[in-house]
Amino acid sequence: MTHLFSRVWAKWMGLVLSMLLFLAAFAASLAFGQTPIALESVWDALFHYDKSVQEHVIITTSRLSRSAIAAAIGASLAIAGSLLQALTKNALASPSTFGINSGAIFFIVAGAAFFSVSSMVQYMWIAFVGAAVAALMVYVLGSSGRGGMSPMKFVLAGAAITALFVAMTQGVLVTDEQSLESVLFWLAGSVAGRSVEMLLPILPFMAGGWLAALFMSHSVNILTSGEEVAKGLGQRTIWVKSAMIAIIVLLAGGSVSVGGAIGFIGLIIPHIARGLVGIDYRWIIPYCALLGASLLLLADIAARFVIMPQEMPIGVMTALIGTPFFIYLARRRAGRT
Amino acid sequence: MKPDILPHAHGGRPATASDLLRKRFLKVLIALIMLTAILFLTGLSAGSTWLNPLEVMRHLAGAGSGEHAFVIDTLRMPRMLLAMLAGAALGAAGLIMQGVVRNPLGSPDVVGVTGGASVAAVFFITYLAGSVSLRWLPAAAIAGAAVASALVYALAWKKGVTPVRLVLVGIGIAACMGALTTMMIVMGDNYSTSSAYLWMTGSVYGATKSDVLSLLPWVALLIPLSVLFSRASGILELGDETATGLGVRVQLHRLVMLAISVSLAGAAVAFAGGIGFVGLIAPHMARKLVGRSFAYLVPVSALLGSLIVALADVVARTAFLPMDIPAGVLVSGIGAPFFIYLLYRNRHQ
Repeated sequence: MTHLFSRVWAKWMGLVLSMLLFLAAFAASLAFGQTPIALESVWDALFHYDKSVQEHVIITTSRLSRSAIAAAIGASLAIAGSLLQALTKNALASPSTFGINSGAIFFIVAGAAFFSVSSMVQYMWIAFVGAAVAALMVYVLGSSGRGGMSPMKFVLAGAAITALFVAMTQGVLVTDEQSLESVLFWLAGSVAGRSVEMLLPILPFMAGGWLAALFMSHSVNILTSGEEVAKGLGQRTIWVKSAMIAIIVLLAGGSVSVGGAIGFIGLIIPHIARGLVGIDYRWIIPYCALLGASLLLLADIAARFVIMPQEMPIGVMTALIGTPFFIYLARRRAGRT
Repeated sequence: MKPDILPHAHGGRPATASDLLRKRFLKVLIALIMLTAILFLTGLSAGSTWLNPLEVMRHLAGAGSGEHAFVIDTLRMPRMLLAMLAGAALGAAGLIMQGVVRNPLGSPDVVGVTGGASVAAVFFITYLAGSVSLRWLPAAAIAGAAVASALVYALAWKKGVTPVRLVLVGIGIAACMGALTTMMIVMGDNYSTSSAYLWMTGSVYGATKSDVLSLLPWVALLIPLSVLFSRASGILELGDETATGLGVRVQLHRLVMLAISVSLAGAAVAFAGGIGFVGLIAPHMARKLVGRSFAYLVPVSALLGSLIVALADVVARTAFLPMDIPAGVLVSGIGAPFFIYLLYRNRHQ
């Protein structure tokens, strides 16, 4: 596989550039919006806060939390996607295409409708359970049976599980209109109108997931070189795989409980990261984190402008960016197999 | 199987495997038709007021007292018939799609056909319902299904269309359609939001005679038409190379079958909304009952589909009285777990 940065110093440089891109995207997401704010004011709001200045208040009360949430979700989904692609050896894998997001959403909707769940921490645990159920279902359906894991089987199993959870979510919502109103923003995927308090309970889990992914990256490298090779090198592959699934569930479920259905980040970013640094997951994971955060921040900025004065739900935005990419990959892979 | 170990059919000729299959097919067909008739009668009798089935039969024969004419003819009959027709169309559409993509998980809901219809229908409900008559909603849904499938076909084209590309591109388009639908629902006002959801779940509530008459020709023409192509469809399951070698024009045949499947699904969805999983479950059950012959599978799958949807609707409108639950909720509530079970059972095939 050809990739852009083949030398180690180039990879470090790329990482620094990605960091700069992330910082620029973060600053832009603070500055742009309904009320454009100059970058100096953004700087002042962060470091010389003055609550009598309206712009400072806008930044600290609404934009900062929004940008932080977008960055955390983008990084989490991208890392979850890269682990899922490694685990299933499937280029089309991602938390959204494999039904993990819709599983988490169905559980949240059902929890809100039947058990009147309303606290953020409860939503989070429910989302973890939903993500885990969906992930296990897809994994069992995709990998069992004659012929082992086949790419086609996985993608179809993922699509079927997605259809399943979407249909069940619709069923709950159509019988219980009251909960429809309260969960609508989860369905569309959005990072707007959320306070930092919503992110804080989930952040430790996300950060744990990021670090665990980074620590595991060497084992992931060994696993991707083949099941036999990994076993020959003394790896307990079942444990590595279980840990990967646990991290995916943590990151995808956590993202859904804050931001709802935001798709395709986990599909696109791992491909870009592999294009830049090759197949070494010790590099792929940090690149995914930075690029995923940047892409979601940029998508969120774009979502504020495409249909002014309204805002487009960011989940729709990422789907519109992601679909052409998915189809491009589908055409390319299917041509090869 | 060797023919000589099989029991002898009448006439002294040794019964072949295909004789046995045909016998089995006829048995299944008769059983399903009887079940459908029983369900039809039950559906006309059951409701907020229970009518005596004998009374209903007398009415159907034209010898009734006429006191229940409104309930039977206007309220229950069109709804029952529409559910059956939509179910039959979805069952057959799923079967044909599975044949085209050579995978038991292919169905109009998975590859974006239903998604395209949903986008058009929700657009209609959200933005046009105030100014354009609701009579045009089915037309909009069919157009949406057609556009989405044309898009899938065109994007999957690369010197011909292969089943794998068709499915993968279809899944991508389905995701995109889902996002567009969500966008309109989130941005629409509350009223259109809940009616859009009702449509997407699928319901035959308020069906009229003219709905039934509009859906009937699609089902009555396209299902027999697909049986006509059954020989080529059977050969196509052996693989593109083999089929080409046996003289089947693979790409043309695939396009025709796809068009039939999409039209059936689009028409059903247009009148009954996004009822899911029928196209996945009915063909599975049909294969269990009559084996793999396409000509037998089409009618059996269609009958099973109509049984599923009609039964779901009868239960949905009677079991929760005075509530009238959309049939789609019941279909996916029972169909989805059953589908997972099927997937698990058939994972070795």
